[in-house]
Amino acid sequence: MKGMTIIVKTITKFLSPLIILFGVYIVLHGHLTPGGGFPGGVMIASCFILLTLAYGKEIAYKKLKRSTSSVIESLGVLIFLILALLGIFVGGYFFLNFLPLGHPLKIISAGIIPLCYIGVGLEVAGAIFAVFLALVLFKAGEEKEKPQ
Amino acid sequence: MLPLYLLLFLMILGSLVAVHTRTLLSAVISLSLVGLVLCVTFLYLQTPDIAITQIIVEIVALVILIRAVATGKEVSDIKGKKEVFSLVAVIAFIVIFGYFAYQALTFIEFPKFGYPLMRVSQFYVEEGLKKTGSANLITSVVLGFRAYDTLGEVTVLFAAVLGTLVILRGVGRKK
Repeated sequence: MKGMTIIVKTITKFLSPLIILFGVYIVLHGHLTPGGGFPGGVMIASCFILLTLAYGKEIAYKKLKRSTSSVIESLGVLIFLILALLGIFVGGYFFLNFLPLGHPLKIISAGIIPLCYIGVGLEVAGAIFAVFLALVLFKAGEEKEKPQ
Repeated sequence: MLPLYLLLFLMILGSLVAVHTRTLLSAVISLSLVGLVLCVTFLYLQTPDIAITQIIVEIVALVILIRAVATGKEVSDIKGKKEVFSLVAVIAFIVIFGYFAYQALTFIEFPKFGYPLMRVSQFYVEEGLKKTGSANLITSVVLGFRAYDTLGEVTVLFAAVLGTLVILRGVGRKK
């Protein structure tokens, strides 16, 4: 798979930063506007899927390896769990919202909810892209990953 | 109500076309029509959160399905002697479904469409902004009142990806 035509490659070059920006916006504004961690994470993953389809799997594999996306996914779950566990140590409840709530409709408000959404977004983005890369790469049972 | 019925009719039409087309690729494309119209339906029912999630997940699923289906080979019809079995299954399904629908519609009083029971959700709507500080009420339910559900959802996704990677890898990793 050597990628698609030059039209697709050029449009992908211009569009992929915008798609990632929109995904990050959806994740970070999850407590203010419609959206949240899950759709934003899938948007970020779909940008990497677009890169993989347009440029071929070798170039996309240099940008973001499968092991890296697995690490990102596990990191997202860990952020979410640690934020939930911190509530026990601070106030005695699981999932306690221990940060100050702040003014509504500001970007820094609602306590731990934006941080939780960042964790969920990282988890979903890593998960979807890891599954896609697994479907693409593991076809012949070979994984071109250098030993570290 | 009329736009809702039109949207539902389009969805049924898309799935019927998906069943009756010859090639797998056109079946996948017409299934994506169902997802698109479902997204418009969610917008009509005023749930933009679900609409965003539906359209983006539908796109990713469509890409993966097209990647799996578009191999260039012609797929012939699947033939077999399963007509009798499918007829019996359809009749049994209709009888059981009709029985339960009759029981449910005659003996239980449902609230009217668009007027849900507001016992717990009334509390969420009134106290959501005050208790969690999040302006988006859906977020205040998802990560505030029902954060355990979200934790379970994230764990399920993590376990599913883990299982997929383990099964698809084939060759074990050497140290």
